[in-house]
Amino acid sequence: MNTTTMSAPAPAASTPAPVVAPTISLGTLFRRPETGSFIGLVSVFAFFAVFGGQTFLSASGAASWLNVAAELGIIALPVGLLMIAGHLDLSVGSVVPASSMTVAIVSGHYGLPMPVGIAAALGLGLAIGFLNGYLVVRTDLPSFVVTLATLFAVAGLTLGLSVIVAGSTSVALKADPITKTIFGDFIDGKFEVILLWWIAAMLVVGFILGRTKYGNWILALGGDKVSARNAGIPTDRLNLALYMGSGLCASFVGMCQAILYNSAQVSAGQSFIFNSIIAVVIGGVILTGGYGSVIGIVLGTMTFSIVNQGIYYTGFDANWASLIIGVLLLAAVLLNNTFRSMALTHASPRAKGKTAK
Amino acid sequence: MNTPLLQLDGINKSFGPIDVLHDISLTVQRGEILCLLGDNGAGKSTLIRILSGVHKPSSGEMRMHGKAVAFDTPRDASDHGIATVHQFGGTFPLMSIGRSFFVGAEPTKPWGPFEVFDRRKANEIAVREMRQLGITRIDDGNRLVGGLSGGERQALAIARAVHFGASVLILDEPTAALGVKEAAHVLRIILQARKKGVAVIFITHNVVHALTVGDHFAVLIRGAKAADFRKGEKTREEITDLMAGGEAMAELEAEIESYMSSHDGHPPQPA
Repeated sequence: MNTTTMSAPAPAASTPAPVVAPTISLGTLFRRPETGSFIGLVSVFAFFAVFGGQTFLSASGAASWLNVAAELGIIALPVGLLMIAGHLDLSVGSVVPASSMTVAIVSGHYGLPMPVGIAAALGLGLAIGFLNGYLVVRTDLPSFVVTLATLFAVAGLTLGLSVIVAGSTSVALKADPITKTIFGDFIDGKFEVILLWWIAAMLVVGFILGRTKYGNWILALGGDKVSARNAGIPTDRLNLALYMGSGLCASFVGMCQAILYNSAQVSAGQSFIFNSIIAVVIGGVILTGGYGSVIGIVLGTMTFSIVNQGIYYTGFDANWASLIIGVLLLAAVLLNNTFRSMALTHASPRAKGKTAK
Repeated sequence: MNTPLLQLDGINKSFGPIDVLHDISLTVQRGEILCLLGDNGAGKSTLIRILSGVHKPSSGEMRMHGKAVAFDTPRDASDHGIATVHQFGGTFPLMSIGRSFFVGAEPTKPWGPFEVFDRRKANEIAVREMRQLGITRIDDGNRLVGGLSGGERQALAIARAVHFGASVLILDEPTAALGVKEAAHVLRIILQARKKGVAVIFITHNVVHALTVGDHFAVLIRGAKAADFRKGEKTREEITDLMAGGEAMAELEAEIESYMSSHDGHPPQPA
């Protein structure tokens, strides 16, 4: 019997970039959490490529859904981490407009330097995230209820304070050129610069979930809270950090929107509540937690955005998009369930090949 | 005479007015399997919870290596080398074997300026430790725990406990949900763990399983220790009688007898 299936037990410090082993086998692929969402993305893309034609496939067509995907994606990533950890965050829907208004009021209405406004907006997101996390940890109430409460409370505060401070529910913001370039410009006249931020967020969140011990903690927390705590994971601090992450990302998107559109509205962002959950669920994360991947969340976000925008390139009435999303969501969840049970039963042929040697 | 690895001395536990455990004294030696027998509600679970730091005893003393200890949290107990494996073993069905093996104690390696989770090492160790307990079917640490059989999950949990230096291994009904073959496998794994010098506290209500592996037996009835004996001192029937409090079984037998005498020697028909 050979107990050393892998020949080099010594830590290989010489290889600086140990990328995930690029093994291609059906078994390995089917065991991945994102297989279902990949199939979903390909079929949705094919559908709109056929019915949307050349304009959908052109650069401007791609830009239209990628821009939507980027804003949604930056929020869906941390929300996805929270869902893997077994929680929800509905409050993103009002953190987006709240931070949007914050940067517009601080830097637009009062004319303070942009960095101050940006810091205030992001600080607000972190604070709301901290509050969510603190309430969830302390009260042990379902996060659905807690974040539903903060969703409404923050929306009310934003509306009330905006009217008191700025006397209006919409505030103009004129960002300086540097800030504009970094957060709210177009590349090639089509692609929003926030796309690059989305890619950065993918790398950071992907690194955390896949490559650090914190990723393991998140999976364990979503798998079984009590066992995770007994294993010595600081679950309270982990929850706080995850909520602050989603607060930060939601406020980042709100801030970028204000800079991009040169103004902020009180009532922008409610759509992010369900859209982020849909993107994450299409991406193969299960609502009860403990399972999911960053690639899946990204694919889910893209799938959602293609349906959302692709409809305008077809001859169909745009009202049908919601129907497609509803059907797609159900199909994706069923598909993901199938692949998950395959992952649970399928032995990896790769490993079998290795021991046979 | 060696000092026992773990010693309970007059442990009492009550929840409000209800006495759950009454004056329990037990000793567990290194490399020995103590079978804790008892019917449902006999107080086995409460005793496990005290040992694993979930509850604190109302009175009485716990000693490890002769020194008094008190556990405030489950973490405390595991820091003292007490590991508890529950009925279904691993509780993270959707995590990979390697990942779940190291939850809370992840091996890391430097990667540029970061410390990253060393998945390869984790998988390798998890698979190797399971192999040492005789689970040879598993050769890939990336497989999900949920894909393992019940016995394999127990093995994973036991391997994990042994790897992290548990000196006392508490197994809560590890064979209860398993088929005959799988249960035999788990019993073999328990013997393997003993061979490594671990003290095992094996909770079960299956007398056959207990007699197969046990060195030392304690029977709990309604929160009190009814018997404490070593291997070979009692037969299976005596133990079963003890566990059922004697009465229940005797009552049943009497009932059947009286039925038979009033029905020309026919046993009761199944309903």
